[in-house]
Amino acid sequence: METLVRENRNADQQRSEQLIMPAASVVEGDGAYILNVEMPGVNKEGLEISVENNELTIVGRRSLPQIEGTLIHCESRLENFRRVFELDPSIDTAKVSARIEQGVLTFTLPKAEQVKPRKITVS
Amino acid sequence: MSIIRYQPPQTLAFSGFDRLSNLRDELDTLFEMPFWSNFGRQSQLFSGWSPALDLYQNNDNVIARVELPGMRKEDIEISLHDGMLTINGERKSQTPEGDKAERTERYVGKFRRSISLPTQVDANKVTANYRDGILTITLPKAEEAKPKQIKVDVA
Repeated sequence: METLVRENRNADQQRSEQLIMPAASVVEGDGAYILNVEMPGVNKEGLEISVENNELTIVGRRSLPQIEGTLIHCESRLENFRRVFELDPSIDTAKVSARIEQGVLTFTLPKAEQVKPRKITVS
Repeated sequence: MSIIRYQPPQTLAFSGFDRLSNLRDELDTLFEMPFWSNFGRQSQLFSGWSPALDLYQNNDNVIARVELPGMRKEDIEISLHDGMLTINGERKSQTPEGDKAERTERYVGKFRRSISLPTQVDANKVTANYRDGILTITLPKAEEAKPKQIKVDVA
């Protein structure tokens, strides 16, 4: 099988807000794909997830507590996150679940029953 | 779009990379100025994971904020030596054996990040907090490093 959880980079490119692409990893297990998206500084409240036409859109907004003082060295980026994935038709979109823990958003994307490997016994 | 098969980051194709990364560490310690540490950060090719670090300063504290998504609290180590703050740790792979990795952009393995602090701090009063994948370290300034107001008496 070729298609898995694919990324869709072309989905609506003209956006007013500057958003950056978070790092992600996809692992295929027996019954489901696991998608991990790295979004430091984002918590449950800052997430906006939608599935439409087999497209999974993830937007994460950071809610970092303001630090009092002068910034003397800066490497982090302030932009919020956005990434779009195209889901394989074998994924049962009704059963997609997600949780966020320490800035890593984890999706469980279960494969539909009919595509799971099955043993056929010959009688 | 083609999918690139997962390759464990630990198996380096050339053992020479290891030596180069040592060299980078050496250079980093030589150039402790913020400009240089920022410059060195861009060569992630050898260092693997170099988490983004911000440093703030106010009258009482120096505050460091590091992006460390998906760690366990126990796997983060913070040390202070000679005015140099070092954060190291390891992010462990969560991929169960036998599963196929289809896309790997997240770094797995050890990291080490150092920064020299602008002033002396009280090492005994340092506190750290890890929330939403962000590590915040508060380092209270040493008494002698705090700004002081000097009153001028008019005779």
